Amino acid sequence: MSAQRTSESFTRRVLRQPAAKLGIVLTALVLLLAVLGPLAVPAWTGYGTNSFAGKPFQTGVFGTDNLGRDVLSRFLAGGWRLLLYSALATVVGVGLGAVLGMLAALRGGWLDSVIMRCGDVLLAIPQLVFALLAVTVLGPQGWVLVLVIGVTHAPRVARVIRAATAGVVAEDYVLASQMYGVPQWKILGRDVVPNIMGPLMVEVGLRLTYSIGAVASLSFLGLGMQPPTPDWGLMINENRIALSLQPWGVILPVIAIAVLTVGTNLIADAVAGASAGRVRTTGKGTR
Amino acid sequence: MILKRLGISVFVLLAVSLLVFFFTLLLPGDPAQAILGQQATPERLAALREQLDLNAPWYERYLSWLGGLLVGDLGTSAATGGSVNALLASKVSASVVLMAIAAVIAIPVGLLLGTWSAMRRGRAADQGLTGISLVLAALPEFVIGVALTTLLSTTVFRLLPSVTMAAPGTRVWDYPLQLILPTLTLILVVVPYMIRMTRTTMADVLDSGYVEMARLKGLPERQVIFKHALPHAIGPVAQVIAMQLAWLAGGIVVVEFLFRYPGLGQAMVDAVNTRDVQVVQALSMIIAAFYVIVNLLADVVGILANPKLRTESRS
Repeated sequence: MSAQRTSESFTRRVLRQPAAKLGIVLTALVLLLAVLGPLAVPAWTGYGTNSFAGKPFQTGVFGTDNLGRDVLSRFLAGGWRLLLYSALATVVGVGLGAVLGMLAALRGGWLDSVIMRCGDVLLAIPQLVFALLAVTVLGPQGWVLVLVIGVTHAPRVARVIRAATAGVVAEDYVLASQMYGVPQWKILGRDVVPNIMGPLMVEVGLRLTYSIGAVASLSFLGLGMQPPTPDWGLMINENRIALSLQPWGVILPVIAIAVLTVGTNLIADAVAGASAGRVRTTGKGTR
Repeated sequence: MILKRLGISVFVLLAVSLLVFFFTLLLPGDPAQAILGQQATPERLAALREQLDLNAPWYERYLSWLGGLLVGDLGTSAATGGSVNALLASKVSASVVLMAIAAVIAIPVGLLLGTWSAMRRGRAADQGLTGISLVLAALPEFVIGVALTTLLSTTVFRLLPSVTMAAPGTRVWDYPLQLILPTLTLILVVVPYMIRMTRTTMADVLDSGYVEMARLKGLPERQVIFKHALPHAIGPVAQVIAMQLAWLAGGIVVVEFLFRYPGLGQAMVDAVNTRDVQVVQALSMIIAAFYVIVNLLADVVGILANPKLRTESRS
């Protein structure tokens, strides 16, 4: 009961910040575009107009790309995979990191050391480099992208959640419950999880922002989504050759990705602001 | 204290090498076949396997690979059959130039703007700067790069070259104009973080008791900042710089690819495309070693800047 009331006021505290409202609006815009876009594609015909790098308003609203494909159609169809993969990578990363972080803080001892040292090793390789290593060996499949980006998020999340959990576990009422012999899983569910929701939500926002960046970057490098899939990252790669002739194939997806990441980052920042002081979003290893 | 940090760094690098090596074991197919192609005779395949030690168990191959790394031998490229050292030699200097220019500009700009922002907390300048860095920090590198290219090179203004085109035998720094867009992109990628983190650090320090004490003593503001506040901020700020330098090492992959800059990052993408595991492994180790060394240096600076830790290390 009391936990619910604090979480309600927490949501309200987040929403009171103008940055949160702006972030939600921006994210929702791109979300709608990506989800409803594919449904609108058949209405905007244009596939196979076969004119090289057509100028805007001559062939299709935003012209065609160098293979004669309608830019607007591909743009509308090309967002949902990026969003789906980023969301899944975030779930994997935050889930894995939260479980490991709580485990490390609750159990302590050698398990804590092993988890955190393994995290240090993973943190020594930049996320993108690690992803490239995995893609080299396993190929650019969707599950590889989701898994590898999730796994590289995990140590960063684990650090934050471990610190937050350690703070809760040190509280007197938790010590009291432990002395009464309340089982660990009950303490976890009743005391720890509700009290680390703030940092956890910040991590979800931050990791989502970086997942979008990572998935889009890999596709941009030609190592994520493969042609002829319509995808924003891939579109930028394919159309940048003709950037000075036909910029729309690059500009539309760049704007969409930019609006999306700025939106999710604004939300993460507002959540961090609302759970003020208890979380340090600027600590080592946030990125 | 410093020796202990050094030990941890060596341990981390060893563990990284094990992790990186582990990926080769996942690779389907035969590296010897990949080098020689489909038409290779069984004798030549066997000879090459012998030469590459492919018949040895994995731990022997790991040890010989690690031994090679320690003496600077990065192995044999599976795609070209040549040595990885020769492949990467010319690219190291190109990437170092790119990162060095970006770092030399980004570090002072980030630290100064961060400190300035902390000193004017809550005012318009601080809020504007915080907002801009929040937006820039959210953008992936290639989005910033593409935006700069359309703005300065292809569409709005046509001032700068959008790709690096160096004639054979020339060096990247022979064409300073071509360096502007890649370095500017890297700078815009790391500066927002430096501003945000320096601001947080300096704000904490400026709120502290000893700074208030110095002010109450009537010391001039400049003396308060440089003599009392700054020394306390050096440790955390060194961490910030190290993190961003390490981020640059990963960021060059996308930025070099975008501007076709002939450095390590471009080599990495090429190697991934040809599934040249040896080269990808070697580059991962180089980048990880860079990261670990930079972090070690930052920690050493932190220890030296903190009197408490400094004396602890002496005793």
